Amino acid sequence: MRTICFYFQVHQPLRIKPYRFFDIGDDHYYWDDYSNKSIIRKVAQKCYLPMNALLLDMINHYNGKFKVSFSISGVCLDQFESYAPDVLESFQKLVATGHVELLNETDAHSLSALASKTEFNRMVNAHKEKIKRLFNGYEPKVFRNTELIYSDKIGEMVADMGFEGMLTEGAKHILGWKSPNFVYENNINPNLKILLKNFQLSDDIAFRFSNKSWSDYPLTTEKFGKWLNAVPKEQETVNLFMDYETFGEHQWVETGIFEFMKALPNMVFSQTDFTFSTPYEVVKGGKPIAKINVPVPISWADEERDLTAWLGNDLQNEAFAKLYELEDKVKKIDDPEIQRDWSYLQTSDHFYYMCTKFFSDGAVHSYFSHYDTPYDAFINYMNVLSDFILRVESKVKEMQAT
Amino acid sequence: MKVLMFGWEFPPHISGGLGTACYGLIKGLNVHNQEVIFVVPKLYGDEEPLADFVNASDVEVDYREKKFQDTWANLTYLEINSYLVPYLGQEEFEKYTDYTLHHRSDIEETVFSNKFEFSGKYGKNLMEEVARYALVATQIAKVKDHDLIHAHDWLAYPAAIAAKEISGKPFIAHIHATQFDRAGQGGASGPVYEIEKAGLRAADHILAVSHLTKKVVVEKYGVNPDKVSVLHNAVLDASIIKSEIQKHVPEKIVTFLGRITYQKGPEYFVEAAKKVIQRDPNVRFVMAGNGDLLNKMVERVAELGMGTKFHFTGFLKGKDVDDMYAISDVYVMPSVSEPFGIAPLEAVRHNTPVIISKQSGVAEVLRNAIKIDFWDVDAMADAIFGLLHYPSIAKMFKELGSEELKNLKWEHVAAKLVTVYEKLHNQKP
Repeated sequence: MRTICFYFQVHQPLRIKPYRFFDIGDDHYYWDDYSNKSIIRKVAQKCYLPMNALLLDMINHYNGKFKVSFSISGVCLDQFESYAPDVLESFQKLVATGHVELLNETDAHSLSALASKTEFNRMVNAHKEKIKRLFNGYEPKVFRNTELIYSDKIGEMVADMGFEGMLTEGAKHILGWKSPNFVYENNINPNLKILLKNFQLSDDIAFRFSNKSWSDYPLTTEKFGKWLNAVPKEQETVNLFMDYETFGEHQWVETGIFEFMKALPNMVFSQTDFTFSTPYEVVKGGKPIAKINVPVPISWADEERDLTAWLGNDLQNEAFAKLYELEDKVKKIDDPEIQRDWSYLQTSDHFYYMCTKFFSDGAVHSYFSHYDTPYDAFINYMNVLSDFILRVESKVKEMQAT
Repeated sequence: MKVLMFGWEFPPHISGGLGTACYGLIKGLNVHNQEVIFVVPKLYGDEEPLADFVNASDVEVDYREKKFQDTWANLTYLEINSYLVPYLGQEEFEKYTDYTLHHRSDIEETVFSNKFEFSGKYGKNLMEEVARYALVATQIAKVKDHDLIHAHDWLAYPAAIAAKEISGKPFIAHIHATQFDRAGQGGASGPVYEIEKAGLRAADHILAVSHLTKKVVVEKYGVNPDKVSVLHNAVLDASIIKSEIQKHVPEKIVTFLGRITYQKGPEYFVEAAKKVIQRDPNVRFVMAGNGDLLNKMVERVAELGMGTKFHFTGFLKGKDVDDMYAISDVYVMPSVSEPFGIAPLEAVRHNTPVIISKQSGVAEVLRNAIKIDFWDVDAMADAIFGLLHYPSIAKMFKELGSEELKNLKWEHVAAKLVTVYEKLHNQKP
């Protein structure tokens, strides 16, 4: 039996407001409530609400034979609770059908797996608890790290926490001649099964769908069915992993992306021998074909599929190092606001905004960033971090005094 | 004495120090009962009525008159291939160089229009505006009675030269900055430099804002030193500014405030900061301002791993500037080349001790400041550390500095200027 595994990443960072040097030591609220709220509302209208409604219809229509999975970051869930309870409710309805799987991740969509095992564990558990609370006691079995970041070591930590499966990128430089369409095992702990993204077929939908200069434009379900049939018979699982915002936000409604998804299951059932499965079903059902060897972390970002989008220049490394220097001190502080900011400051997007890879020719890679330049992003973040450090230091002193 | 003065900007609408200096000078001249006709390309109407202001945008010029055409013909050699605008760096400059080279307007286009609306800014049509400004000057020199012509920086030299053609009165070229200060390591060349040379050659007398600048004028422009007088700048108000602002960080603050360009030496400040932080982590450094080296400085700060102790504020104006001076414990001006540099005097008014480079004109008038070579990062770090840790020296500088400031008055400067005026006037009856 061959199967398609859909996984959608649902994430919105908590963006930092313009925070000036003069604010350091004075203003301890860092978050841009207005823009965070308006972005959540905008994406809710364009993507989350219509796509959730469509998926619910499809799941009901095919009686559970069509199924998907989500990883919704904790920082995004927090914003749904504050700004979009209607969106949260629509996700709850989806999960209640029993045909939607939720994955576990780090609560703040952080890079903590690269910094500290303790902090990584704390973040994973915080997300687990949040999902349990918001989704009627739901317990995820499969893990997805921020931006599909994975290495043998990270896999080992995830296995130690009791997860049975984990998702990552089917990066070419890791796979070589191997196919992403099998289940693999972690190199250190074979109890952890690894699902790899088929980036060819995933990106046909996520990135190329509306690209008119693409030779295969327009993408129809028939065409997609032919490509699925072209996958060699012995290869069992096609993992289609993408940002959920693909639907209606990256690919606008006018491109026909909703119609494509609506028509997809019927085509799959009638013209191919594929079914749909969720990650945990794949982990349970498929036999692992081999160990996968990933000594250096990979991710799903950019051509390089590495960490350079977040930790590739001096600005990012400096911000990252200064942030995690605080871990031991923060751990000792019992203060909900310190803990909240400590989490939200770790969100990977803050480091992504400082990326200069796309900046070399002056053409800023601005789609995902609200800053004019990576330098502005760095300056603003460091101002906030400087204030945060002052707060942490003063709390520590307070505690020592008592 | 009736002085026909050509400037380029005037408070409150200014983008550089030139307008402020003109303002101070005119206030000083008023004290000495000098009559000033002050011409600017564009007036906004909210200028303080200190002079007989002439708005060049309002002056009618009949472009068909032969004398205008001669002036124009002399000016159309202007080309742009150098640092044109004193307040921009190379990258920003290149953005509009291309435009200007390919969009040169010709006089024929506007032969029947009588007035030209100047922007009075430092924009992409700057060279054209400078040339048109000279045309207007011809007209003004004809209708406005005057004894002397006084022009501020190269932007106004063509106007002064044109005015002198008409009235034959002595022309004083005032140098606030030269192209050598602006161009940096590359040295000066191109049309701005050519205009400066032509202006200094045509001038009957030259005023330099410092001995440093006089030296440049003599050595690089081949001017006879006897023709050059030094006229330092002053401060409009020497009173100590009491600020309400409270600083919110426990650390001491060391500040750089100015354009982040080669001329201002920001990289030496960054390197000195690192040396200080290594010895004393309880210091914050602030680089306030904007410029083409900003991103390079941000990268260097990250590379040196001091991002939580070294902050960038971007361009500051108004109250933010005052607040920045007020919360600073040390102000540093590490300029590579600074004809004068008024900012340290502002710092002194806020009771903030200053460190200035020996390569700045202000070092000639401010005795109670630490002076270092801009490139001597170790000396800069030592000076910062000393001012932060040895209160006696900081206190001494505060007291003596503010005392010294009281003598730096524009009316004293103007008194000296009047003697220059008189000498020149008597030479050429």
